[in-house]
Amino acid sequence: MDMSVLIALPVIIPLIFGALSLVVLNNHGAQRLLGMLGTTAVLAAAILLLWQTQIHGIKVLEVGSWPAPFGIVLVSDLLGAIMVLLAAITGFATAIYSLKTVRKRFERFGYYPLLHLLLAGVNGAFLTGDIFNLYVWFEVLLVASFALLIQGGERAQMEGAIKYVTLNLLSSAIFLTAIGLLYGMVGSLNMADIAVRLTAVEDPKMVTLVAMLFLIAFSIKAAAFPLFFWLPASYHTPQVAVSAIFAGLLTKVGVYALYRVFSLMFTGEVEFTHQILLWMAVFTMLTGVLGAASQYEVRRILSFHIVSQIGYMMLALALFTPLALIGGVFYIMHHIIVKANLFFVAGMMYRLGGSFELKELGGLYKKHPGLAVLFLIPAFSLAGVPPLSGFFAKFILIKAGVEAGAWWAVAVALFVGLFTLFSMIKIWNEAFWKKAPEPAIEIPAPVRNKALYWTTGILASMTIAIGLFAQPIYVLAEMAANQLLNPQLYIEAVLGGGQP
Amino acid sequence: MTTLMAILIGCLYAASIYMMLRRSMVKLLIGLILLSNAANLLIFTVAGLERGVPPLIAQGAETITGPTADPLAQALILTAIVIAFGVLAFAVVLLHRAYEVIKTDDMNEMKGTD
Amino acid sequence: MSRQFNMRSLILSTGTTIILPLLLLFSLFLLLRGHDEPGGGFIGGLVAAAAIALKLFADDYPSAKSLLRVHPLQIVGVGLAIAALSSLPSLFVGDNFFTAQWWSLDIPIFGTLKLSTPLFFDIGVFLGVIGTVLTAIFTLVEVEH
Repeated sequence: MDMSVLIALPVIIPLIFGALSLVVLNNHGAQRLLGMLGTTAVLAAAILLLWQTQIHGIKVLEVGSWPAPFGIVLVSDLLGAIMVLLAAITGFATAIYSLKTVRKRFERFGYYPLLHLLLAGVNGAFLTGDIFNLYVWFEVLLVASFALLIQGGERAQMEGAIKYVTLNLLSSAIFLTAIGLLYGMVGSLNMADIAVRLTAVEDPKMVTLVAMLFLIAFSIKAAAFPLFFWLPASYHTPQVAVSAIFAGLLTKVGVYALYRVFSLMFTGEVEFTHQILLWMAVFTMLTGVLGAASQYEVRRILSFHIVSQIGYMMLALALFTPLALIGGVFYIMHHIIVKANLFFVAGMMYRLGGSFELKELGGLYKKHPGLAVLFLIPAFSLAGVPPLSGFFAKFILIKAGVEAGAWWAVAVALFVGLFTLFSMIKIWNEAFWKKAPEPAIEIPAPVRNKALYWTTGILASMTIAIGLFAQPIYVLAEMAANQLLNPQLYIEAVLGGGQP
Repeated sequence: MTTLMAILIGCLYAASIYMMLRRSMVKLLIGLILLSNAANLLIFTVAGLERGVPPLIAQGAETITGPTADPLAQALILTAIVIAFGVLAFAVVLLHRAYEVIKTDDMNEMKGTD
Repeated sequence: MSRQFNMRSLILSTGTTIILPLLLLFSLFLLLRGHDEPGGGFIGGLVAAAAIALKLFADDYPSAKSLLRVHPLQIVGVGLAIAALSSLPSLFVGDNFFTAQWWSLDIPIFGTLKLSTPLFFDIGVFLGVIGTVLTAIFTLVEVEH
């Protein structure tokens, strides 16, 4: 047994724990225990995987000993391993947070199994080296997210879920179409093999056409302009723990897929494809932040900010310079933690203040100063205030934009940063600073809950740590970006017989 | 034959998009079903429409003789069908429950979260 | 309620008592036949789920549910666990993850029994399909009630 099995662990562990917690469906205690054990195990496996990948370079596992490019391979390059670690952190935090917030009713309808399944799907998507397998993992995580989204069955959830399901199924069908056309062109499904064979395709226009289909499919999943509206229509409807893991992870799987295919496979007509990406990034940033400005419900503001942040990540891919990709990877690392944390904090604001509506909230600073600090850290980080993680992420990205001469995009990115700060201050003023309004209904005495404070506290300290120790994170991002810019490394690792 | 299939697939895509743009939830569902069928037929067609034999090497022979069908495309379609089956089963349950909660089939009435 | 299953037919009900065990047996046959001939866990699972759905139509929801004894999602869990665990034995003999392992057991009188990890994977798929299909059907019936 060698270390390559490590690549399979982040996928197989949640599957096994998900299956076990389905078996003990009626035993809530066992489900929670399995939830904690499973996410802890995934976290441990993810840390090991990233460590090993950083030392030994890209690792490849030929599943079932079927040699590439014929069998399915799992590949762990640095981007994939970093994403898996972030998913594991988010999953772990969600599991702790769920202990106290998820109602028994939802546990009986399979909350924990779905959580495990979601993690398996996300990790599978990050690690697979096969384009059709990527589709399968996308569907796994989608089905799990569908079911999590409608738990509770309220009207708003149903309406949100119909939009979410329709747009995501449309995107999956486009993805499948693109895979079909690609297979017709090159006759392979292994991404490294496709990358090699695409260089020999006679008609580069056809390749670009398929690339555009992939772009449409993944940008729907990433909630990029113009087809992003399913996200703010649905993300605020489920329970907070679900919103948080969705906000942290799901759109980023779409972003990851964009990074993967547009750095590995479709690099033939960069001027054309990445120009489109640039415009999409600019509009995604703008529409997201302007949408947030008009909202007065905490979770909806945060949802619109997911859209605007996706724009930054796409901007990095669009610029496609070494510095920009470093910024992009850094941005993803910063964003997943901050975004999930903000939703967790929103959930605590609801528990302590009784509402998600800014108009009905108030006086939280006076009553719960600890919560106020926990809100300020991720909120300022999101807006890009130094020395928090978001500052460095934005700084690298904007520097890359200036170097690439994309002045328009830089101007928009700065403007959006300012507006993000405006949104965060809006929440701060309304929910924390202003006097508490006369409650229309008596709020039940809030229970201080240590587990929730721990969850958000850990994530907030990670945000600070990324800011304070930006140098090692930068080096890691630089190595990941280096692998993205040299797809030859990936191709050699996969097709060179792997590391059996 | 391939031209004919291409036209058929194009019609299926067009019909599915048309159905998805209608206001009724049931038509939306029909649109989704047609869409997955169109994608599957597309894979089937691009893999080559030849009258081939199963890709099995006969006993005693070293290589396959004659044209063979591409098994991988068929495996893809089979997987995609199974996935579409699961997802659409979920969509049926979702739409039914949504109908029970919202009490309408009209998508224009579902503006609560916009 | 007027929309309940009140279309009970004596013929269907009596027929089901005979057909149901046959269908379940047939589903097992399909499962094992899938080893190297057309068949397999997925199609076997569909047949078994159809058999239980037939019970639902012939009799009523409670009797179909009691036939299963457990929640269909628990069956999915068992199936998924078997399928996922079938990937692990390869690790103990030093092969790559998920490599198929074959064993043959000599049982007196009956002859040789061939076991393999793909068989266990298929059994997992079989249970998973039964559970998934029945969850969908039961959910629809519950909405109806």
